[in-house]
Amino acid sequence: MKNVYTVATNTFREAVRDRVLYNLVFFALLMMAAAILVGQISIGIDQSVIVSLGLTAISVIGLFIAIFIGVSLVSKEMDKRTLYALLAKPVERWEFLLGKFGGLVMTLAINTGAMALGLYAAMWTVKHPLQRHDVYILVAVYLILLKLAILVAVALAFSCFTTPFLAILFSAGIYVAGVYAQNLRTMHAVDIAPATFRFLKAVSYALPNFENFNVMGAVSHGGVVPGALVLHATLYALAYCAIALSTAAMVFSKRNLK
Amino acid sequence: MKPRWIGGIALCTTLVAGFAAVCLLQVRIDAERQSIQEERDELLFRSPELVRKMSLEYAPLMGDIYWTRAVQYYGEKHADQDENLELLWPLLDITTTLDPHLIPAYRFGSMFLSDAPPRGAGRPDLAALLLERGLQENPDQWRLYEDLGNVYYFDAKDYKNAARAFMEGSKNPASAIWMKSMAAKIAAEGESLETSYFLWQDVYQSTTDPAVRQNAESHLRSLRVDLDLKAINAIAGEYERRTGRRPMQMSDLVQAGLLKEIPKDLESYPYTLDQDGKAALDPGSPLLQEKLNKKR
Amino acid sequence: MSDPAIEIEKLSKEYPSGFLHLKTKKSLEDLTMQVQEGEVFGFLGPNGAGKSTTIKLLMRLIFPTSGTARILGKSIDDVRMHENIGYLPEQPYFYDYLTAAEVLDYFSRFHKLTSNDRRMRVEKMLKKVGLETAKKIQLRKYSKGMLQRVGLAQAILHDPRVVVLDEPMSGLDPLGRREVRDIILELKREGRTVLFSTHILSDAEMLCDRVGVIVGGRLRGVGTPGEILGMKAEGMEILFELRCDNNASPLVGRATRTGERYRLQIPENELYATLEELKAAGARILSVTQIKPTLEDFFMNLVEADRAHASAVDVSAT
Repeated sequence: MKNVYTVATNTFREAVRDRVLYNLVFFALLMMAAAILVGQISIGIDQSVIVSLGLTAISVIGLFIAIFIGVSLVSKEMDKRTLYALLAKPVERWEFLLGKFGGLVMTLAINTGAMALGLYAAMWTVKHPLQRHDVYILVAVYLILLKLAILVAVALAFSCFTTPFLAILFSAGIYVAGVYAQNLRTMHAVDIAPATFRFLKAVSYALPNFENFNVMGAVSHGGVVPGALVLHATLYALAYCAIALSTAAMVFSKRNLK
Repeated sequence: MKPRWIGGIALCTTLVAGFAAVCLLQVRIDAERQSIQEERDELLFRSPELVRKMSLEYAPLMGDIYWTRAVQYYGEKHADQDENLELLWPLLDITTTLDPHLIPAYRFGSMFLSDAPPRGAGRPDLAALLLERGLQENPDQWRLYEDLGNVYYFDAKDYKNAARAFMEGSKNPASAIWMKSMAAKIAAEGESLETSYFLWQDVYQSTTDPAVRQNAESHLRSLRVDLDLKAINAIAGEYERRTGRRPMQMSDLVQAGLLKEIPKDLESYPYTLDQDGKAALDPGSPLLQEKLNKKR
Repeated sequence: MSDPAIEIEKLSKEYPSGFLHLKTKKSLEDLTMQVQEGEVFGFLGPNGAGKSTTIKLLMRLIFPTSGTARILGKSIDDVRMHENIGYLPEQPYFYDYLTAAEVLDYFSRFHKLTSNDRRMRVEKMLKKVGLETAKKIQLRKYSKGMLQRVGLAQAILHDPRVVVLDEPMSGLDPLGRREVRDIILELKREGRTVLFSTHILSDAEMLCDRVGVIVGGRLRGVGTPGEILGMKAEGMEILFELRCDNNASPLVGRATRTGERYRLQIPENELYATLEELKAAGARILSVTQIKPTLEDFFMNLVEADRAHASAVDVSAT
């Protein structure tokens, strides 16, 4: 596990020194500023608009980072051959993968944390004294982070057996599918054959259901998020990451590097 | 040295366990999310113009997306028997602003907007507004005139405007033949069961959308009952004229030779007479429940 | 006689090739050889011969189609064997956002070293490869030679018994090459086993106890450099300068002339007689060298032989 930690901290260090990340975070903060502006123009719903926009920004930025950088974690090392010297050390390939995953998730955690602070700052600027239930915004951000972790694992898995471009495409596809997975299950369709409907229902369970992590509606209206939901969502994310990462590990361990 | 297949076994175990956990947790999470059944504010932006500007050149695509959301919104609410359809109009408003030529949005949208609760939002005024916009953007779509006529006739009970709508629609050479005479009939009589029945039948026959057909069908069933009751009451009246008293039960009418047999409703329950001698549905007939639901 | 440091047995690697991946291309065929502990072994061959493939197979970067190999008695499947091996990849590239010190520290963490140990070794390595002054500069600013030195440093910093270098001299200027040669010699003095691949004959000659020649994916011969290349000199070449030709000797006629310089080839046994004759003629001797077959010639012969064999096979097949 020490090897995993070493790779993880190095991945984190790389992300920090990679200036692209700062641009993205800056963009997110810009969106926060825009949220304040929008809040000024619409009447009476400034609070919910700011929170909604802020959480959306955090989610979207995080999404891009998770998919694009998630895919490049492994493919960049393979392309640039930095991986060669590393794998000649007493390191297992799965330790390398897990470390990469951990490093990016750490980076995302710091990023989303920073953006959450920006969001609180934006809320405070709109002369909204922070109340106790605003802590649930942090819960919403945490759930977004869980969703991003799943996406990183998925992107990593795809990048292990296909080209970076396709991996990005597939990961984005899984994201879209996962957002609508809930609808597949609750679809009140009139004329679908029962067998098809059961199949679709099974698919809807197999896909990562990203709606599980969306509490934007509740939180932006000052609602609460039950602790049980947070716990189950965390376990869900862990289970799904395990699925994606173990697949990635298996594929990667058999792969001939060029 | 570990044997080669141990990796495969580990992977299979992880996958099976992982997906099992995922399914179980999903069920729990679904239940928990039900409990925080927030009125998810579907619309972050209520201004159609703003949304249109933000869509850049993808406005028609965004229109499709909003239309899909509108349909899903209606479907979910309907399935949950939730009568609160307040977001239906904004969704349709935005849809048709983004894509003014999305005819289904006008047609079905107006139907579900104007229908009385629990089936619809009960806003015939908004439905008419939607259709007027649709006609402005698509003047050759005579079906929209038909829909407009239906809205005025059924839900707004505004027979003058209903007749006007049918009349305008009939001016289009491609329109159905009956529109002109319908205009006249409504102008003369106002509401009538036969007219209603005819209009809904036309809707039923001219659409392939299952939701719309279902809606039309349920209206037709209800009207069928009304027509039957009306016919039976007419016969009961005849009985009264001949015998001088009101009939007590349906068999009286059969014995008097006015009916060949006791008529049955669509669910094969026999019609009966209530204590005032007026035609009524059999208390056990599911159609009675449907009627009561409709009146709610 | 201890166990060989590296043992390779019938190692083969095939790649799917062709349009639908139906054909296979053999990049390494039934390689069997051994490297003894403490020796410097050179892997010689033209580009694409299979040297890098063999090394990558040993390092588990690619997987063999068949055959086995052991390093220090442990199968190459065993990741723990890497504790005792150092590897310098071909054209190394490291994380360019790190400094040399950081890269070495990073790699050192994968070995069982205490943090004190790590620090000391990193310092020692930086000094050894001459990067001490540049250690705080990010690798993106390094020249190729400097990157090669970082690569060497990470390969040996954990005191490995076996060091595997893939084309360690490639892309280096003469000074850089000399430095690498010196380091390899030092490794040999320390009793380590060194396996390196190259296509430069003179490096092999100077450094290796034994060489293995690989052409077209097959091992063609193993032995000392002299044995393999048949260091039978084909003669001597004398380079001399002659100002005037009135004392022209028949020798001058046999020489190739460029301006006032002449190049004359003679059999070895005639060397001293010729030198006397030239001295008498007033020539100024510039140099005397052995004419040796070059590695390129050797390879060309092998490749030609391969091609002839292959076409013979084709002919017989049709």
